[in-house]
Amino acid sequence: MTVILNEGDSAGTTGAASGSPVDAAPEPGKAMTRGRLVLIRFMRNKLALVGLVLILGMYLMAFVGPLLSKWSYDTQDYTAFLEPPYSEHIFGTDKIGTDMFALTMRGLQKSLIIGLLVALISTTVAAIVGAAAGYFLGVADKALMWVVDLLLVLPSFLIIAILSPWFRGKSWFLLVLMLAAFQWMITARIVRGMTLTLKEREFVKAAKFMGQPARKIIAKHIVPNMASLLIIDATINVGSAVLAETGLSYFGFGVQSPDVSLGTLIGLNAESATTFPWLFLFPAGFLVVFVLAVNWVGDGLRDALDPTSTRVRRKEKKDTKEKAAS
Amino acid sequence: MAGFLLRRLVNYVVLALVATFLAFTLASATFDPIGVLQQRNPPPPAASIEAKKRDLHLDQPIPQRFVTWMGGVVQGDFGRTIADRPITDELGRRIGVSLRLFLIGITIGILFGVLLGVVSAIRQYKFSDYFATLFSFILLSTPVFVLGTLLKMGAQGINDSIGTNVLIFVGETTPGFQGNWFEHLGDRLQHLVVPTLTIALGQIAYYSRYQRSSMLDVLGSDFLRTAQAKGLTRRKALFKHGLRTALIPMATLFAFGFGLLVVGGTFTERIFGWFGMGDWLVTGISAQDTNITATVTLFVAVCVLFSGWLADVLYAALDPRIRVN
Repeated sequence: MTVILNEGDSAGTTGAASGSPVDAAPEPGKAMTRGRLVLIRFMRNKLALVGLVLILGMYLMAFVGPLLSKWSYDTQDYTAFLEPPYSEHIFGTDKIGTDMFALTMRGLQKSLIIGLLVALISTTVAAIVGAAAGYFLGVADKALMWVVDLLLVLPSFLIIAILSPWFRGKSWFLLVLMLAAFQWMITARIVRGMTLTLKEREFVKAAKFMGQPARKIIAKHIVPNMASLLIIDATINVGSAVLAETGLSYFGFGVQSPDVSLGTLIGLNAESATTFPWLFLFPAGFLVVFVLAVNWVGDGLRDALDPTSTRVRRKEKKDTKEKAAS
Repeated sequence: MAGFLLRRLVNYVVLALVATFLAFTLASATFDPIGVLQQRNPPPPAASIEAKKRDLHLDQPIPQRFVTWMGGVVQGDFGRTIADRPITDELGRRIGVSLRLFLIGITIGILFGVLLGVVSAIRQYKFSDYFATLFSFILLSTPVFVLGTLLKMGAQGINDSIGTNVLIFVGETTPGFQGNWFEHLGDRLQHLVVPTLTIALGQIAYYSRYQRSSMLDVLGSDFLRTAQAKGLTRRKALFKHGLRTALIPMATLFAFGFGLLVVGGTFTERIFGWFGMGDWLVTGISAQDTNITATVTLFVAVCVLFSGWLADVLYAALDPRIRVN
């Protein structure tokens, strides 16, 4: 297993550390900044744009949607039990007459917040720990590598599930911390690999010989140079955090009542999905579409930020070949 | 070569032990079986609570409990559940149920995943490539518990339209089923299709993405052009030289894939009512039973590590550079 991770490390390193992007020649007489270049490349990717619109739309819907609906998640409609969707309840109602739209939006809110927080925390931790391990090497570095190996054997799902009796009845924020605590390690290893090459670069050495303390070198010279990787990683992590949270909540090991997440809704209604499909299909649909959108955006960002990634490189090769042929 | 594999094996055994110790410690520290017992109505007498505490070794420090439990495991005794039934009684049957699901699922997943990846790499930016990409993107974004339930609904639809229960999605076999060996096999197959598909579809998507990019890297390589230049047909060059090289990174991915599979298997077993190891884990944690949880963790660790070791063997078999060193 060590073999692969090392390979992944080196692949990541060559990926982002090599020179500046050269495609999309700037218009004559107009300087192109890197930000503009990335934006143009991202906009070229239709799926990524669709994904971005979907994600923004879902965040907006989760927080504004409930305000527009006349039903709330904690009121019941005693004239409608287990009704399929109709004009009054657009997502139908459950067996005690709660409006499914209100419930789904509430679940969506919680899942989206958890996803965003976990991604932010875990990517930040990964950047700091990975860069420090790569810069200082030594014991911290060895420990990090070993913990990542261990996590492969003991899936984080299992650990959080085992710990779930402990945070039952406590704030959902504990779950956020737990999810983040197990999501940063693999990114940290990639960051470590990139730091190893970055710290041999001239600008880092120059800063070092000018007497900058290690803390400043890491914060000012090493981490900003991995911004592309970290942005991509944070995006993808939102998706995987939502998947991890819903998976745990499905079994009752994650978000606990009275809180509701997409996972608890799906877990509660999966049993009756064949008879009352609307109870299951709406939360599940939102979950799948959200994760799909995150993956599309992540893919688009990778193509836009990292010009050496396979997809773009090959497409360019093909383009240049076609140009040469014509 | 033998030394390399032996070193990896020792490394894996240590990791499995540490993982199990960690799970045992965490479970012992967080679980409160006595609290569950005390909440019963009517509350059990103090004497029986004391007896239960002694039975579960709750009066001992956690490391000592682990040593006691591990001592039993070495002799094939995995301890008792809170309900005082020996774990070993159920273990064999549950492992059988889980392994059947895993092995068939992963075999189908790898075969079709690699095939799909190769085809979409060769036909890059053609319709079939876009279709395969969309298919795997959607599948990778669909968690197992959603996919399983959707397939269940689909199976229900098929059954309804045919009029008989062809695809059965509750349990792994019909309870009290009578018949000869062949009919038994048929019964098992009817139960097997939908859960296996649940596992396999995700695996196909997972492997096909990686196989596609690894095959694309190989397709642009010089040695493949050389192979064709020296007179091999394109098909022969692709499969004899290209695919073999493209499979090398896949061998190592296999170890990662297996962990994913075990977690996915837990959902699948719960959705379809299979009493396997994953189902046991959920029951064990819900009942706050340390022994069950530790046993399942050990099983997971052994599975993941065995697949990791198998990946090393495959890696050595596929890549001559490893064998030389």
